[in-house]
Amino acid sequence: MRPFRYERARDVDEALAGVVGAPEARYLAGGTNLVDLMRLGVESPSLLVDVTRLPFGGVQPTAAGGALIGAAVRNSDLAADPLVRERYPVLSEALLNGASGQLRNLATVGGNLLQRTRCAYFQDITKPCNKRSPGSGCPAVAGEHRNLAIFGHSEHCVATHPSDMAVALAALDAVVHVVGPSGKRSIPLVGFHRLPGEEPQRDTVLAPGELITGVELPPLAWARRSRYMKARERRSFAFALVSVAAALHCGESGEVVDARVALGGVAHVPWRAFRAEEVLRGARVSQELFRAAADAELAQAAPLRDNAYKVPLARNMIVRTLLDLVPA
Amino acid sequence: MHATSVTLTINGVERSVTIDTRTSLLDLLREHLGLTGAKKGCDHGQCGACTVLIDGRRANACLALAVAHQGAEIVTVEGLADGDELHPLQQAFIAHDAFQCGYCTSGQLCSAVGMLREVREGWPSSVSGSGPVELDADEIRERMSGNLCRCGAYVNIVAAIAEVSA
Repeated sequence: MRPFRYERARDVDEALAGVVGAPEARYLAGGTNLVDLMRLGVESPSLLVDVTRLPFGGVQPTAAGGALIGAAVRNSDLAADPLVRERYPVLSEALLNGASGQLRNLATVGGNLLQRTRCAYFQDITKPCNKRSPGSGCPAVAGEHRNLAIFGHSEHCVATHPSDMAVALAALDAVVHVVGPSGKRSIPLVGFHRLPGEEPQRDTVLAPGELITGVELPPLAWARRSRYMKARERRSFAFALVSVAAALHCGESGEVVDARVALGGVAHVPWRAFRAEEVLRGARVSQELFRAAADAELAQAAPLRDNAYKVPLARNMIVRTLLDLVPA
Repeated sequence: MHATSVTLTINGVERSVTIDTRTSLLDLLREHLGLTGAKKGCDHGQCGACTVLIDGRRANACLALAVAHQGAEIVTVEGLADGDELHPLQQAFIAHDAFQCGYCTSGQLCSAVGMLREVREGWPSSVSGSGPVELDADEIRERMSGNLCRCGAYVNIVAAIAEVSA
C-alpha cells in the first residue's frame, strides 16, 4: 500500500480544504471499501481526510413527515432505527441484507452510496478495466460477466453497483445532500449514480471534492408497506445477483393507487423501474398485472452472453415482492 | 512512510504506539502489541477471523485503520476471560467442541459477544424482520454470517452460542 498522510477533519471547511483540488486525496469514513481497495492497489491516495467526527450523525424526523439521515450514521444503526423501521421498512431490510454484522457496524451511509463495483476485473490491477484505468478496455464484455449488468451498460463497462441500501433509497425517492467548493446542493438519489456510457470511471455526478452530508427521505405514508428481496449465491453475506425494493399502495376497491419498484444487481446504478410503476398505477391488483409490470420493465433488458438468467429471476422476484405487499 | 502516534485502550489498558498510517488495527494488535489472538485470515473483511470489539461493537480489525480509531476502547479475545475464569462463550465453545483447527475461533467468540449485545438491544436481522428476535439456529447463522469456519464446525458453533443465549 502506498504511504499516505492522515488528517482528522474537525469541521466541513477543514475537510474540504484537504480534498478539494487534490485529486490524490480521499475522504475516509468507515473504510470498509476504501481500505480494501487501497490494499488491492486499486486506490492509492496520498492523503486520507477522516470525516467520521463531523456532525453528520443521527436520524431525525423532518417537519414534512420524512426523515433526515446523517452521512456518518453506521449501516447497523440505520437498520435498527425505530423511525426507519416504522416508516421505511424497505430501507431497514435492504441494509440488513447487505454485508455482515461486523461490516455494518463500520460502514456509513455516505460510504455505502460511494461503494465501487465488485466486478472482478476492476478489483484486479493486473487486468484492463475502463473504470479503474480509462481507455484500457473492458475484458468483462467478453469475459466473466455472470454477475454483471443487464440494463444500461455500454461497450466500455458492464459493471453493477453493489449497494443494497441505495436500491431502497432509489425506490423511496431519497435526496442526497452534499457540500462542496461552491456550496451546498441536493441531488435526487435517482440520478446520483450514472450509467457508464463513455466515462465508466465516473460512478456518480459528484464534482471533485464534494462531500455527502446526509440523505433525506421524503414523506411517503404508504411506504410503511414496503419490502426488500434479494437473491444471492449463498444465503447470507453475499452481493446481490438481483434484488428488488418495492412499496405498494392499494386502494379500497383493489386498485393500485401508487407503487415504487427498484432493482439491484442489474445495472451501473440502482435501477428504478419506472416502466413497471407506470403499468401498475391505476390498474387492478392481480398476479397478471404484476407480471405485465415486470415484463414492461424487462423489455429493455440487454443481457450479456452469461447473465440472461437475471431476466426471469428479476421478473419472478418483482412479482413475488409485489404479491407479498398486497393487503390480505 | 508517515508515522503517527495513536492511543487506544486495549482490554482495559491504555496503550500509546507510534505507527505508520497504513497500519490496520489488526496489525497494530498482532505486530506491535503481541496480541495474536485476533487472526489474519483474508485481510479483506470477508472471513471475520480478525473480529474484535471497538467501543463494544464487533468489527473487522483488518479494515479498520488504527489511526482512525484514536481513543477507542478495544476488546480482543485475550480480554474476554475474567482472570482464570473463561467467558461463558469460551466455556460453551469447549463444551460443544465448536472448533477444529481453531483459527477462526477468536473471531467467532468476539463476534458472538457483539452479536448477543445487538440482540439485547433489539437490533433486527433479515431473518427476524420486524418481529421479536428469537435466537434459533436460523437467526444465529444469519447474525454470525460474517465469520467463516473452513473446518465447517458451524453446527457446534451454533449450539454453543444458543446455549449461552438461552
